[in-house]
Amino acid sequence: MPMPDTDTTSPKFLRDKYAIVGVGETTYTRGSGVTTRKLGTWAVRNAIEDAGLKPSDIDGMLSYQSGDSTFSTFIAGDLGIRPSFYMDVFGGGSSTEALVGMAMGLIEAGMCTTVAIFRAMNGFSQVRIGGTGARAAAPVSGDALHGRAYGWQSAGQMFAPTFMRHMHDYGTRPEQVAAVKAIHSEHASNNPKAFYKRRFTVEDVLNSRIICKPLHLLDCCVETDNGTALIVTSAERARDCRHTPALIRGVVGRCSKPRTDMHYQHGPISTVAGHYARDILWPNAGVGPEDVDVTGSYDAFTFTTMLQLEDYGFCKKGEGGQYVSDGTIRLGGKRPNNTSGGHLCEGYTHGLNMVIENVRQLRHDVDDSCPIGPDGKRQHTYDYREGGCRQVKDCELSANLGWANPGTGSAMVMRRG
Amino acid sequence: MGIQATYLGMPLAIDDLDVENLAYFRHCAAHDFHLQRCTACGLVRYPPTTACPWCANPKSDWVPVEARGAVHSYTEVHHAIQPAFKAHTPYLVLLVDLDTQKGKPTELEALRMMGNLTTPDGTLAPPETVKSVGIGTRVRMVFADVAPGLAIPHWTIDETAPQPARPWRYPQE
Repeated sequence: MPMPDTDTTSPKFLRDKYAIVGVGETTYTRGSGVTTRKLGTWAVRNAIEDAGLKPSDIDGMLSYQSGDSTFSTFIAGDLGIRPSFYMDVFGGGSSTEALVGMAMGLIEAGMCTTVAIFRAMNGFSQVRIGGTGARAAAPVSGDALHGRAYGWQSAGQMFAPTFMRHMHDYGTRPEQVAAVKAIHSEHASNNPKAFYKRRFTVEDVLNSRIICKPLHLLDCCVETDNGTALIVTSAERARDCRHTPALIRGVVGRCSKPRTDMHYQHGPISTVAGHYARDILWPNAGVGPEDVDVTGSYDAFTFTTMLQLEDYGFCKKGEGGQYVSDGTIRLGGKRPNNTSGGHLCEGYTHGLNMVIENVRQLRHDVDDSCPIGPDGKRQHTYDYREGGCRQVKDCELSANLGWANPGTGSAMVMRRG
Repeated sequence: MGIQATYLGMPLAIDDLDVENLAYFRHCAAHDFHLQRCTACGLVRYPPTTACPWCANPKSDWVPVEARGAVHSYTEVHHAIQPAFKAHTPYLVLLVDLDTQKGKPTELEALRMMGNLTTPDGTLAPPETVKSVGIGTRVRMVFADVAPGLAIPHWTIDETAPQPARPWRYPQE
């Protein structure tokens, strides 16, 4: 489909000017048995190889972490990369798309030419991403005195007032939201890399134990150990790389609701940061939600997927429960979401694996179990039954919707180059 | 002087540089709830901040605030993260709209305070009380004393207020 390009008010000069040309990951495990330094090195090396580049072609490096990982200097050093720019930022699930935007800015500013972005974490075996272990024992001070002191600490606990209020305000039903897990598990069953490949039903989710209402165990994502990486460069350089590039149409990074210190001060609390971010994302991208073929709406929890799809405008406000349960987001549906199985099933990477998946979707080369043809490429069957295909047919345009918390999000639109 | 104490098995610490939190919790320790009021625009704010979120004025006065309100949202925790909370599951974390300044400066805003549902003495509420509270329940503030200069504000059912016939609760019950 030709991209509409009629909006003259937005800064479209960066539209399609940069691309993701390489993606890489480690295996998704619970117990990697190696350091985050090794995971990061492994993932970045795979991404460089995937792009058809050499380590010496990389001159910029960005990473994000939450005090639980290694730094760019070690990864660059281990791979013999001499950075002209590097930076490691503090952050979680709103970082991936935001750092892609920063990479574009760095290249645009002439500070470097090709940027590797990585996230390496032992989110199960070292610093538990769910907040148990060392994090639960840390001293409570500063702003945390108004939260953690109430046994209000883990991501699920912190986001639950938003989820609960959405059910109150719009009549959203537990079984509608549970469909997100069921559908993502179907996708994961066609993903040989996924940590959980088993298919779950809506009933499985509703019958799993309550963690904190409204979240059942199976509404929550998996904790895993893994490294993931992306390579960003100019569209011009992308032409010399190995694969069809994923051209970046538009980015919005860490866009927030008012009161980033305590976003619940500003309502409606059943509305999330995507409500603000969409006014940056869609004009920058020059397309709208109706144009998108595949989404990657962050699924730390089933509810986060629903809330973001709703507030970015994929359905009317309040109709997210219907949107995620009517078949739209399933492979073979109108607009599949998280075709890898996402954080709920493939593994938890703070958002980066969802961008990797959409880059592969736009290449028409997702790594499912379809047979490889004589040209070395997968012959996709578009048969989405268990163990089969997960390539979206004729996939031209993707949207990734990253989530830090109800108050902050990032997003990115990419198209097939 | 900063404060170091233990509450429900958790080490709590207020640094001596954190004058905003020291003042907030000192009032709580006196069971006399106060919040910062901006000296320029007159709006009260929560939690403690170093300037006014509405007009950026750095100056504020600590003023007494009537600590009553209604539950705006909640979570009922069955799987506790912090070890000492495990003995109290299920416990409620409440997000409470204070009556004070509700709907100001815009209709989207309120002083929305966190806290646990507790008995009037500040102990986490027993399961039968937890089951009776939902969105709309009227609550009043009580305090759990921790150390000199430090008490944690909580919420208990307001016995004197008219209560909704059926507060809204999570539907799968």
